[in-house]
Amino acid sequence: MHEMGVAMQIIEIATASIPDEMKGSRVERVNLKVGKLAAIVPDSLRFCFQIASQDTPLAGAELVIEELPVLASCNDCRFQWTINEPVFVCQKCNSGSIQLLSGRELNIESIELAEKDEGNVDKDL
Amino acid sequence: MSSPGSGKTTTLEKTLARIMPDVTSAVIVGDICTTHDADRLAQTGAPVVQVNTDEFGGDCHLAAHVIEKAVTNIDLEAIDLLIVENIGNLVCPAEFDIGEDARVVVLSVTEGEDKPVKYPLMFRECDAALLNKIDLLPYLDYDKKAAVAYIHQIHPDMPVFEISAKTEDGFDPWINWLKSKVDQKIN
Ligand SMILES: Nc1nc2c(ncn2[C@@H]2O[C@H](COP(=O)(O)OP(=O)(O)OP(=O)(O)O)[C@@H](O)[C@H]2O)c(=O)[nH]1
Ligand SMILES: [Mg+2]
Ligand SMILES: [Zn+2]
Repeated sequence: MHEMGVAMQIIEIATASIPDEMKGSRVERVNLKVGKLAAIVPDSLRFCFQIASQDTPLAGAELVIEELPVLASCNDCRFQWTINEPVFVCQKCNSGSIQLLSGRELNIESIELAEKDEGNVDKDL
Repeated sequence: MSSPGSGKTTTLEKTLARIMPDVTSAVIVGDICTTHDADRLAQTGAPVVQVNTDEFGGDCHLAAHVIEKAVTNIDLEAIDLLIVENIGNLVCPAEFDIGEDARVVVLSVTEGEDKPVKYPLMFRECDAALLNKIDLLPYLDYDKKAAVAYIHQIHPDMPVFEISAKTEDGFDPWINWLKSKVDQKIN
């Protein structure tokens, strides 16, 4: 539902992160990490990104989304597992004291700029 | 936060009547349109800022930049507690941080027992749950135990307060919890 707003912010952040000396180069790719527990629908985000990036320095760039599993760790017995259903209780010792190691991400990892004739340059954020 | 119509505004009206003027409070209320909720809340005497999300190009949640703008209309030095009533939606508001110290979800008994497992993020992200409209239980086939068990399956140990915003049944423990949160922050 809110993917258009998120796409617009990604474009804003990515545009601002292009170094001065590379302004004007084409952005080939924006690499994103999205956790499975984030309220983000990847397909919808890609679609919004494509539309919202028109007439910006990111026009034509590909939005690559890596989806991260919901990884949990038990604070009591240290067991680690992937949560695939809505149960946030330790599978081994039944403890409710758990922490999530991943699954809530919505991170821009890097953008890739095309350099005329010289292939790709990675810009870590 | 809650789905539309779970009783956020009603709960706040009754809550504000009980904590004011001890706990000086202000409210930011988000609605896609209309000022109905703001008008109702203003009657409690608390300063109310209404945010219509239309103007901000989003309609499913309040975002931090919206709150940032809304608080410029509130004398923050003069209040102990700032309450935000988010848009009625059990999904999107859970995703977005608005700088809050604590989050509370309202779930009404007319919505069915299984909402916590259908919308786990909301129940994961919140610090307390209000199980509202318990005055209606005699008229429903509602398994309250199952509902609380589902909440705890998503968020073990989360405080669940069973209330009726209509009759104010069960309000004392909820008000105590809220006041203790304010005390913790102030001290
Ligand atoms: N019987 C009963 N009705 C309630 C209770 N709490 C709220 N209601 C009714 O439920 C309806 C919705 O209540 P609101 O307080 O407006 O709900 P809300 O969550 O603020 O709604 P939105 O802001 O539109 O999402 C109103 O008709 C209230 O009178 C309750 O404890 N018992
Ligand atoms: Mg309301
Ligand atoms: Zn364990």
